[in-house]
Amino acid sequence: MIRFIASRIGFAALVLIMLSGFVFTLFFVAPGDPARIVAGERATEAQVAQVRENLGLDRPIIEQYFSFVGRSLSGDLGYSYRNQQPVLELIKNRMPATISLCVGAVILWLLMGIPIGIMSARRPGSLVDRLGQGFVLIGVSFPSFVLGMAALYFLYFVPRQAGFTLFPPGGFRPFLPNPGLWAWHLMLPWFTLALTSAAIYARLTRGQLLEVLGEDYIRTARAKGLSERKVVYKHGVRSIFSPLTTQLGADIAALLGGALVTEQVFGLQGIGSLAVQSVQTQDRPVIIGVVMLAGFFIVIANLIVDFLYILLDPRIRT
Amino acid sequence: MTVLSVRNLNIDLPSGDGHVHAARDVSFDVEAEELFGIAGESGSGKSVLSQAIMGLLPGAIISGEILFEGRNLLDLPPREMQRLRGNRIAMISQDPLSSLHPFYTVGAQITEAIRTHRKVSEAEALQEAIDILERVGIHDPDKRVRDYPHQFSGGMRQRVMIAMAIVLRPALLIADEPTTALDVTVQAQIISLLNQMRRELGTAIIMVTHDLELLSSIADHAMVMYAGNRMELGPGEAVLTAPAHPYTLGLLRSSPSHESRGALPSIPGQPPSLLIEQKACAFAPRCAAAMDICRQERAPLRNFADGTRSLCWLEDKASNTAAAVPAIPEEPPVVAQSSDIVVKVSDVRLTYGGRSLFGKSINLEVLKGVSLELPRGKTLGIVGESGCGKSTLARIIAGLLPPTSGDVIIEGQSVLGLDRRDWVEMRKRVQMVFQDPFGSLNPRRRVGSIIGDPFRIQKVAHGAARKNKVRELMEIVGLNPEHYNRFPSEFSGGQRQRIGIARALALNPSIIIFDEPVSALDVSIQAQILNLIARLQRELGLSYLFISHDLAVVRHVSSEILVMKAGQVVERGETETLYHHPQHPYTRELLAAADPHYRKSGGGFADPQSSGAMP
Ligand SMILES: Nc1ncnc2c1ncn2[C@@H]1O[C@H](COP(=O)(O)OP(=O)(O)OP(=O)(O)O)[C@@H](O)[C@H]1O
Ligand code: SF4
Ligand SMILES: [Mg+2]
Repeated sequence: MIRFIASRIGFAALVLIMLSGFVFTLFFVAPGDPARIVAGERATEAQVAQVRENLGLDRPIIEQYFSFVGRSLSGDLGYSYRNQQPVLELIKNRMPATISLCVGAVILWLLMGIPIGIMSARRPGSLVDRLGQGFVLIGVSFPSFVLGMAALYFLYFVPRQAGFTLFPPGGFRPFLPNPGLWAWHLMLPWFTLALTSAAIYARLTRGQLLEVLGEDYIRTARAKGLSERKVVYKHGVRSIFSPLTTQLGADIAALLGGALVTEQVFGLQGIGSLAVQSVQTQDRPVIIGVVMLAGFFIVIANLIVDFLYILLDPRIRT
Repeated sequence: MTVLSVRNLNIDLPSGDGHVHAARDVSFDVEAEELFGIAGESGSGKSVLSQAIMGLLPGAIISGEILFEGRNLLDLPPREMQRLRGNRIAMISQDPLSSLHPFYTVGAQITEAIRTHRKVSEAEALQEAIDILERVGIHDPDKRVRDYPHQFSGGMRQRVMIAMAIVLRPALLIADEPTTALDVTVQAQIISLLNQMRRELGTAIIMVTHDLELLSSIADHAMVMYAGNRMELGPGEAVLTAPAHPYTLGLLRSSPSHESRGALPSIPGQPPSLLIEQKACAFAPRCAAAMDICRQERAPLRNFADGTRSLCWLEDKASNTAAAVPAIPEEPPVVAQSSDIVVKVSDVRLTYGGRSLFGKSINLEVLKGVSLELPRGKTLGIVGESGCGKSTLARIIAGLLPPTSGDVIIEGQSVLGLDRRDWVEMRKRVQMVFQDPFGSLNPRRRVGSIIGDPFRIQKVAHGAARKNKVRELMEIVGLNPEHYNRFPSEFSGGQRQRIGIARALALNPSIIIFDEPVSALDVSIQAQILNLIARLQRELGLSYLFISHDLAVVRHVSSEILVMKAGQVVERGETETLYHHPQHPYTRELLAAADPHYRKSGGGFADPQSSGAMP
């Protein structure tokens, strides 16, 4: 097991190194001279050269790469070309919105998807099951931005026309001092981001649980005289944690993509919208910072999922 | 005292295709302390019946009565039934490997059973769990309670299941094929353990099995089921030595008993679909003694002096009626064309090496120097319990796995160090047939194309020619060529094994290695397959290596037997010599395990914990 963990950590490190190399290469092969972009359209050649030297862009590529890695590791991600703010600072400012959005959405989709799936699986073919299946169908048929637009229209625009505010159209409020306000503002984005995944998790939970409930050890549990509730929750649901965890690991990258779209729709000043802005303005240090951070986040999250998986399954643990 | 009394039980299971009539007018009584055996082919409704008694068939339509200690279980409210389950009526199921929850410790699973029915503290329950594990023969139970099921072997898991079932001292224990998945030696230990339980605790045991020999040695009463019908019921001895029903007789005759050699008298055909309500004798299409009336009216119940009851039109016992005994043509003995040796294995060793995390080198010796010779046209049987290296040896001979040292010579040519062309050529000559007829067939491919695989891989015969060859093969192994386009799931276990054999025959091999080809099959189907295998050998002059853990099956087909244990050959010899004069203690143990008379006395096994009183 120690070997497994070590190999996972090694692999994670390798992924990060490759990512840094990839991002760095992207920075160099991309068209356009960074020095000129920073110096501005009307700068003279001499000014551009000066900027290039200031930024260290005239030094050998390998040297630039290592200094880039070294600086990244010490938390220095460079300065934005646009407004000369430290990239780390920019990202930090955007972090609360994105983290609130993502964590909230994950919790929401698990809280919706898993119980719906369990209820469906307990009585396949029943009314509850058919409602659950309907939910799954709607959830997986609409892309999240369509859902977001629909939510905005029906829950913001229509009530607005009628003269009251049911939900705000967007914007981010910090958690403190008023968590209520924070949650109220995030409610629509959360649902938008969570609904599709909730549907997918409901379907996965239903399928996995139905399979588990057909297992011999479930019959053993019933034969012991356990109540049906204990059979389903203690013996059945316990077995589907592992596949759900695996799925969660695989969904983290997709979650960030979804967050990007959702932030745009609801005007949340998060990392997703920072990424979109910096791509539009060709602000390379910011793009690199965001990509590195997202990569780091995905790798770490997957590492956590791997560990969880070991904790959950004694067959791997012992 | 009658513990369980089942009266006119009918069970219908709704399914996608209509109602499955899984039990029809079944009645029987089980007394305290007795062992009641239920036998019958796969799909005859044995498991459905036991689950009905446990109240574990939620969707079923059940009529009749199941009286347990005087109360009709079918009328009990679910809560009451739940209180009985695990407490007064317990169950051990077929497959110990999948019947324990993989994510909870063995201790937690047993204490859960205790605390569901009794108000005791966690610590007290754990102590009880430890005691009961000790009773069923688990060593160091105080440590093992903290282990997970995957850390136990199959036999030990079955002991854990038994421990869990008896910890609350139920009045009735239903054991649904408790030993089918286990090795013969372990089987015998489990049986003697169950026997001991009932004597000491007074528990009545219902034992479901398709192993008739096992029943004949231990059952007080036996019931034989076919297509949901109770075909025969009576004292175990009587039913299994002088069967009244032609079906029982057929089942008994198709088990590879220790006396018979040559072709086994199998029951032809397949059990009927349970979707159709039977109006006549369900067994008529397969019965050698069938008369016109059998196909028109339901059979009457016949009572015999020795207490057996049979659902049949025959007025006398089938075992006394010549007509019920199909004439078995005595096959000419297999004649070897010459004395040449087609497979010669010399001193083959296989070691899996590796390094653990801390650099210690670990060597696992799977084969410790095995030599053998297979003459042309003969069958060499290899027996030994699981894990002794039989299958590994087979894979080495088939050229699928290189040995660490030693040599394998097939028809004068070493299989080691062949170049790719010669290897492919050699693979045509040596074919393998595996145990699991379902697992080794791709469920999504049509049977015709599965059988045609070898042609495709070896690039011989195309299009219509290939199709014709496949049809020919299907005919040779007794499959209907019309079924070319069916999927494996539409075939029964025996038919699937025929598919495997057809595939092996495709490229005209000279040697076939059978790795447990019939262990997953019912006795009657088993006999059909064994007969097919023997016929193909005679007609095609094939040489066989036949691997099995079942000595009776091996004895039936082989001219010479090799006994393996822990990667070594412990004994070899002519089949009859080895059988009647075993030299090695392990051979004797295997023989004992396969012989009902040894099992009956319950002795002869190394079972360290089997003595000592029950709590
Ligand atoms: N839940 C179910 N729904 C519908 N049909 C079922 C169900 N369970 C079993 N059957 C059918 O009932 C019949 C009897 O099955 P059962 O499992 O009792 O056979 P068995 O005698 O125990 O066979 P085996 O020896 O293979 O265990 C089979 O035709 C089976 O397909
Ligand atoms: S009733 Fe007829 S067909 Fe049925 S078992 Fe008896 S003899 Fe055979
Ligand atoms: Mg069964």
